[in-house]
Order: sequence, then structure tokens, then C-alpha cells
Amino acid sequence: MRGMTFAEKVLSRASGRQASPGDIVNARIDMAMSHENSLLVMKAFGEMGASKIWDSSKVTILFDHRIPANTVKTAEGHKAIREFVRGAGLPNFYDMGEGICHQVMPEKGLTLPGTLIVGTDSHTTTYGAFGAFATGIGATEMAAVWATGELWLRVPETLRVRMNGTLSNRVSPKDAILHIIGDIGADGADYACVEFSGESVDSMSVAGRMVLSNMSTEMGAKAGVVFPDGKTNEWLSLRTKKKWEVVSSDSSAAVKDIFEYEMSDMGPQVARPHRVDDVVPIEEVEGRPIDQAFIGSCTNGRMEDLQAAREVLRGRKISESLRLIIAPASRETYLDALENGVLADLVRSGAVIINPGCGPCLGAHQGLLAQGERCISTTNRNFKGRMGSPDAEIYLASPATVAASALRGEITDPREV
Amino acid sequence: MIEGRVWKYGDHVNTDLIIPGRYLDDYDLRSLAAHVMEDLDPSFSKKVRHGDVVVAGRNFGCGSSREQAPVALKHAGVSAVVAGSFARIFYRNAINVGLPVIVCPEAASRLVDGDIVVIDVEEGVLVRPSSHTRIEFKPLPGFLLEILSDGGLVPHMKKRCLK
Ligand code: SF4
Repeated sequence: MRGMTFAEKVLSRASGRQASPGDIVNARIDMAMSHENSLLVMKAFGEMGASKIWDSSKVTILFDHRIPANTVKTAEGHKAIREFVRGAGLPNFYDMGEGICHQVMPEKGLTLPGTLIVGTDSHTTTYGAFGAFATGIGATEMAAVWATGELWLRVPETLRVRMNGTLSNRVSPKDAILHIIGDIGADGADYACVEFSGESVDSMSVAGRMVLSNMSTEMGAKAGVVFPDGKTNEWLSLRTKKKWEVVSSDSSAAVKDIFEYEMSDMGPQVARPHRVDDVVPIEEVEGRPIDQAFIGSCTNGRMEDLQAAREVLRGRKISESLRLIIAPASRETYLDALENGVLADLVRSGAVIINPGCGPCLGAHQGLLAQGERCISTTNRNFKGRMGSPDAEIYLASPATVAASALRGEITDPREV
Repeated sequence: MIEGRVWKYGDHVNTDLIIPGRYLDDYDLRSLAAHVMEDLDPSFSKKVRHGDVVVAGRNFGCGSSREQAPVALKHAGVSAVVAGSFARIFYRNAINVGLPVIVCPEAASRLVDGDIVVIDVEEGVLVRPSSHTRIEFKPLPGFLLEILSDGGLVPHMKKRCLK
């Protein structure tokens, strides 16, 4: 008999029926996350005539996109959400100061393997790095989840991405996933569940795997999963007492496609404006002058990212022709980086450190780009207008590449500095 | 039945192009609609008429989960989006806010800017009267059509909550 994929197993359990690709199932949700757009969820929730949240222990709300509030409107929004949270007695609420949703959720032990998680944010796929089936949804349907605990989902086909070999020095999981997105394309994994495996993935830290799952949404994936191992278990056990059951695909399960990559010879990769899948080896864009460099976001704002930047910058000053902004992904990362001296080194090199949160990633505040400016960033999207003026350019790269580029004031191969 | 003028765009029209992040703290639907498609086609919101149809290539609506993208299109007067394919969250959001989305690669490649089309969402038929073109597409599953005909997920749930 044919085995089952991870997606089939999780969605069969959650819907109480045999779930095969293409089926639309009504699934019970294990965890529902929303950030500032909780305001839209609340509005729809009220308009639906719903009054009670189905299970308050399964709802998480936090602020990360616009913190501290950048406008009076945002402040009013935060205030209304805080009042709602208090009224509903929601235990999982994280006000500004904790960090980016996709970092804080795992840190609080809310992304357990084998669970079904939805979030009103496209990078909810990040929790796949812990073996959860996690996907982004809209605000209105989140209101229906709050009311009923259920949501219709199409059972996805599965794509396997095997990453063989080990990444070379100053080449990171970000370079790997950019390369893969460049190859598969921005819609190459549309509606699919992507399973990452292979030697490179095995040797990656949990933080590195989060980069893969995070960016799987940039190839259209519904979920991007790495099956848990000892590292995952250790990481999670430090943060929660809850028990979980690991779910993984059977090797005999039917998958739609398998992609294989050899990672050993790959150098740093860069996505050119304005498409995430317009990816080239760094040699093709080296030397372009840069006005702003950003290290942070749910993709690359973790400790190992800050450390990679420090390794490149330590004892040296960034170019006077540009500014370097750094946002740790969470309070936990921020504290660690304060205590181990990484932030002090980065500040000495000329970086401006901003509070944990999304920062300039979404073009709302804290470092917008002017017309004609060029930015190199560790974030996940380089769409036109994403970080400010629609006439600015965004290049996506790894933390080491961004740091090296900050050093020289132009796009620079981190292996050369 | 939908009838309107076609506004034709290419592949990978992302949510930042449909409604840029800089406007997302605005919860007024009319002012959101005034900025719809601004970074792609600055005069779109002024030219679009009630009932018009956006036609695009592959991966329409890729990017963020912002529901404001289909909301802004709908409030600008757009009555349906026809595309070769859709990014999944946009697709869900569109149905949930009551904006019909039609996957039809054939229409996406054959229709041109300025065409007048008539669409029967339930039957799965798109007609361009000027050239007697008739294109069939797979209609949405019944329960999604129900959400659409209720005007979106909010009124749909309201019916359910009141039952
Ligand atoms: S850091 Fe950027 S991509 Fe990540 S959740 Fe925040 S805005 Fe979205």
C-alpha cells in the first residue's frame, strides 16, 4: 500500500477523514496566530455575529509590524487590540517588545511538530522548520477560525527538495534557498507542501532551517517543512514542557516532484530587484553601490545571522557612503546579542540597532528608502515599493553578504573581505 | 452575470503592487481603493469603472497575506479577476471578501486590454461578444460559490451564527 505524505497525515488527523491531494477538507486548527491585522480579524469577528473565541489557549496575538507605533492610527489599533485581548482573556498575547511573530511563536513553544497552525501572515510557513504544518491565511477567515476553530483547506501535493553536500564557508541557508527559488520560480511550488531534506539540511541549525521554511512561501508553497531531529527536540524542550508527536512522510508516499541540488560548490547568491526569483551568483552584481543595508526580519534576524555579520565587520568600520540598520528578531535574540557583545561590536562598526520587530522590512517605518536609492537586505521580498519609494531597488542576500557590502559601500562577496 | 472592460496585466502581479504596504494603516476602504495598483498602473484607480475585470498571467496576488489587496480591487469597482494562476492566499482572500477569482490560462492569454467580456461564474463560461469567443473554465466548488453569492465570508458566517 502506498504510504502517506506529511501533509496528508496532518490534514487527515485534523479533519477526521482520509485526506488526499486535491481534496478540500474542513480542518480543526491547533494554533491560530495574528499580529496587528488582528484589528481586521476583530472587525470581521464582530460582523459575523460571533461573540466567543472557540478556544482561547489556541489563539496567539502579538505586535511586531509597527512597533513602537509609527502613527496615531497604529497606536489606536494597538489600543483596540489590547482591550479586546483583555476582554477575551487571551493568555497568549505579546505586546511590543517581544519581537517578530515568526520568531516569538517558536520561542514561546507554540509551534509543535505535527500540529496544524494558521496565521494571518504569509511567512507563517516558518513553523514548518519545527515539523508543523503551518500556512498563511487572510484576516476574514481567521475570524471564522476564532469563531469555530475550523477552516477549509485544500490538501496539497508534495514536492521534495533534497539539498546534498555541505555549504561552504560564508555561504548560508539564505544563499541556498535563494538559489532554489531562482531555479523553481516564484510560483514553482504553488499550492504545494515542500519537504526539505538532505545532508545540508541535516547539518543546518534550527535557525538555518527556519530560513528555508520561511522563504518557501516565496515559491508559492502552502507549507515548507523540515522533519524534526535531535536538534529540533532540544531547541523546543528548552522552551516548552508540552509533549508532541513527530509526523513525517512515508518514503513510499506519492510526491509530485523531486528536486535535487548540490550545495557544496555554490557561492553567495543575490536576488535582484524586483523579483525574489531573479537570483544570480554574487559575481554578477558585485560592485553596485548601496545606500542602505538591512540585517533583520523573520528570515535573517537571529543570533547566527548577527554573528555572521559580526564576523565580517568586527574591528572595522562600514563605508561612510551608506547606513546599516540591524533589527534583532526577538527579545531573546536581542538579549543574547547584548550579553555576548555582538551588538556592541556591530555598533562600533557603525550599525544602527533598532528594536526587535519587522523594522523596515515592510516599508512602513524605521528606515524607508528614497527614490533612486539602492538597498541590500536580508529580508525575503524585493518587490517594487516594498521598503519605501517604488523607485528604489532592493537586493536580497545573506547576512554575511549584506555585512560585506556595508563594509565597502557596494555589493561585495563576503568571501573577499 | 458579470460584464465589463478588461484591464490586462502580466505575470506575478504581487500584493505590494496591488496595494503598497505604506497604505495599510488606512482602514478606510475608499481611500485604499484610490491607491489600488498604483505602483503598476498609476491611473488605474481613476479609469476603472464599476464591473470591470482584471485579467492577468501567472501567480496573480503573490506576496503578502494582506486582505486589503482583493478588498481594494473590489472597492475600486473590479467585479472579477481572471488569471492563468493565483497565489494561494490571494485566492482565498478574494473569495472571502466576495471578489470572484477565475483560473483560466486560455482567457488570460487570449484577452487583451480593452476587451468587453461577459462572465458566468457559476456556469464557468466567459464570452467576448465582439469576436464571438466563448471560453469555458472550471467553476469554483459549490461551497465557495455559496460564500461568493452570500457576498463573502462575513455575511456567510453571519447566516451560520444566526441559525
Ligand atoms: S519581518 Fe517582514 S516578512 Fe517577516 S513578518 Fe515582519 S514584515 Fe513580514
